[in-house]
Amino acid sequence: MLKFVARRSGVMVLTAIALTFIVFFLTNLPPNLEKLARTEGSVRMTDDQVTSWIEENGHGGSVFGRYAQWLGVAPGWLRTDEKGVTRGRCIDDGVVAETAPRYCGVLQGDWGFSTFAKEPVSNFLGEKLAATGWLMLAVMLVMVPTSLIMGILSGMREGSRTDRVLSAGAIASTATPEYVSGVVLVAAFASATTGLSPILKDWGWISGNTLFLGTATSASDGITFWNFALPVITIALYGIGYIARMTRASMTEVMTQQYIRTARLKGVSFRQVVIRHALRNALIAPFTVIMLQFPWLLNGVVIVETLFNYKGFGWTLVQAAGNNDIELLLGCSVVAVLVVLVTQLISDIGYVFLNPRIRLA
Amino acid sequence: MTDPLSWGAIFLAMAVRFTPVWIALVVTFALSITFKRRLALYGKLFDSPVGMIGFAIVMFWVFTAFFADMIITHDPLGQLSGLKNAVPGSPLKNPEDASYLYYLLGGDHLARDVFSRMVMGARRVLTIAPAATLFAFMVGISLGLPAGYFGGKFDTILSFVANLVLAFPVILLFYLLVTPEIRDTGIPIYLAAVLFLFPILFLCVLWNSRYFTNKPRRNLYVGITLVIGLWAYSGLAFNLDPLGVWSMEPNLLNVLVSVVFVNAPTVFRIVRGIVLDLKARDYVAAGQTRGEGPWYIMLWEILPNARGPLIVDFCLRIGYTTILLGTLGFFGLGVSPESPDWGSTIDDGRKLLSIFPHPALAPALALMSLVLGLNLLADGLREESMKD
Repeated sequence: MLKFVARRSGVMVLTAIALTFIVFFLTNLPPNLEKLARTEGSVRMTDDQVTSWIEENGHGGSVFGRYAQWLGVAPGWLRTDEKGVTRGRCIDDGVVAETAPRYCGVLQGDWGFSTFAKEPVSNFLGEKLAATGWLMLAVMLVMVPTSLIMGILSGMREGSRTDRVLSAGAIASTATPEYVSGVVLVAAFASATTGLSPILKDWGWISGNTLFLGTATSASDGITFWNFALPVITIALYGIGYIARMTRASMTEVMTQQYIRTARLKGVSFRQVVIRHALRNALIAPFTVIMLQFPWLLNGVVIVETLFNYKGFGWTLVQAAGNNDIELLLGCSVVAVLVVLVTQLISDIGYVFLNPRIRLA
Repeated sequence: MTDPLSWGAIFLAMAVRFTPVWIALVVTFALSITFKRRLALYGKLFDSPVGMIGFAIVMFWVFTAFFADMIITHDPLGQLSGLKNAVPGSPLKNPEDASYLYYLLGGDHLARDVFSRMVMGARRVLTIAPAATLFAFMVGISLGLPAGYFGGKFDTILSFVANLVLAFPVILLFYLLVTPEIRDTGIPIYLAAVLFLFPILFLCVLWNSRYFTNKPRRNLYVGITLVIGLWAYSGLAFNLDPLGVWSMEPNLLNVLVSVVFVNAPTVFRIVRGIVLDLKARDYVAAGQTRGEGPWYIMLWEILPNARGPLIVDFCLRIGYTTILLGTLGFFGLGVSPESPDWGSTIDDGRKLLSIFPHPALAPALALMSLVLGLNLLADGLREESMKD
């Protein structure tokens, strides 16, 4: 088991290095750096000035060297100009060149400075991640129980009417990407001109113009049911169908097993068979699927945060990419890549733990 | 000045506009059901109600894309005065502006006809999505077959690379790959140069392994493939087609390449898994004993037997690609701002979503129904192919 975890972690580290390097390479392409030079320096710089700006601010040299500096395994760049002032990667405002550390990369906890937020990436990103954390938590609380119950109910008696209805619902939900369900939900519940809200207003049931709020901006100050429900449902909806179908497949397989028939023939009630005997084995496969849903949720988060204007991780990613904020985008990528890899690792290890049939030498 | 149409009248008018589609659908279904016993897997589709519904929805959009020029009521890019954010069924302010007197599904924020844009969007989506999926399958199959069949280092490296791409959050990848800056560096063209080579390679190996003993025939097929393939290749990847038949806007190329790039690793994994399963079968061993070459076995023994799951996945993947293209449009990446494709139209409409939902709602529902149709079709196909 230990060997398995060790090997798996080794591959994971290798993957993380490869992925962050690709992101670093793609965000630090010459056109991006030129754009950065023009926004940070001056718009009217000549091409020569741009080149020297890039050179002077540590963006010159080979991409491998810069990647190593960013990672924190190579010493940061230092440059002393004609006036004798030393500037460098690790020398921030208020730090004397002599006392500054030699290494300052992601590994040392220095994630750089965001040109978009005008504050260190780690502070800004941490704050936004917390906001997304709440969103994710709410999504999980809605998505996991709903989809598991749907899957179990439809897999319990394959081919029954419940199964047909729930399966149709699951297929429909997988066919509805977040930007579609978001638009439909807003039109139905958060529009002053269409859907449910005008009717409810006529009846005097709601005091505001709309039932739900069409944006989740106010959720940054305080989460309420009315500003948070739509974004959460929008993300959850796309995942529910997929997890439910996996659960259903696993449940139908378990229900045809010999031991279920034996239990039934012993006279155990159907209810007991499902709860005591089938459920535990049927939930192994969905566990993996739920863990592997995290990367997918990341997509949903980006779309929904943009659609509902909720200032979290996804919104940050879009802003960083749109404003050519290289350090912030790199920070976002590190987080995203870590989330994906860690959930993969957990799902692999968890699968081995949960499934007694798999024994690793 | 006429009155706006009621919802009933709007639906009726839309149904009338779709007349060519209805006729084509009826003909397709009548022919298919009559000859369904002679049509193998496609014919069996008409035994499953789910598959039939899915097929009907998909064909509806395919025919809509095909007959789009006949269906649209107005120029999808034309702006008519007084119809900015007009509600569905609004009559034109100046009847002499256009021959059709209503905006059936209203106008968007630039006073363009939502209905016509939705119909034109179908054409856009239904050309890019299947093409991208096809390329992804060519790449995935060409790499997955040898990886599964030979195994070893080749397999280890390719699997690692595939997992690498799969571990990327899709949206991050899009933000990195589909930007104007990237286009300046030429990376999409290099990617296209690699990815678009696979279909040609695939077909050449396919013909070569089949007609290895019949040299004239092989030379003919490989020759035709190479001439047409390289001609298209030069035009699509490098925009250097001497005759100017094959060409693609740089925007579109960038979008296509990134979507293929995202999809290919999944196809690779599926194909590899199937090959690992099938290569232990007796007919493969029999082929090996007969002295058949590895490529013949892969392409003419294993691949035909893997067609069931691959066809099912192809349908699902077109749906997924449609969603991806919509995502790209939603973030305003890659596509030109005027483009009527569904993702960008949703993006345009969402700014005024809570006041005027109709410009975003029409393409949203269209996209949803197409993907739903593809999923149902895949479900029906899976059910029927498992009965064999």
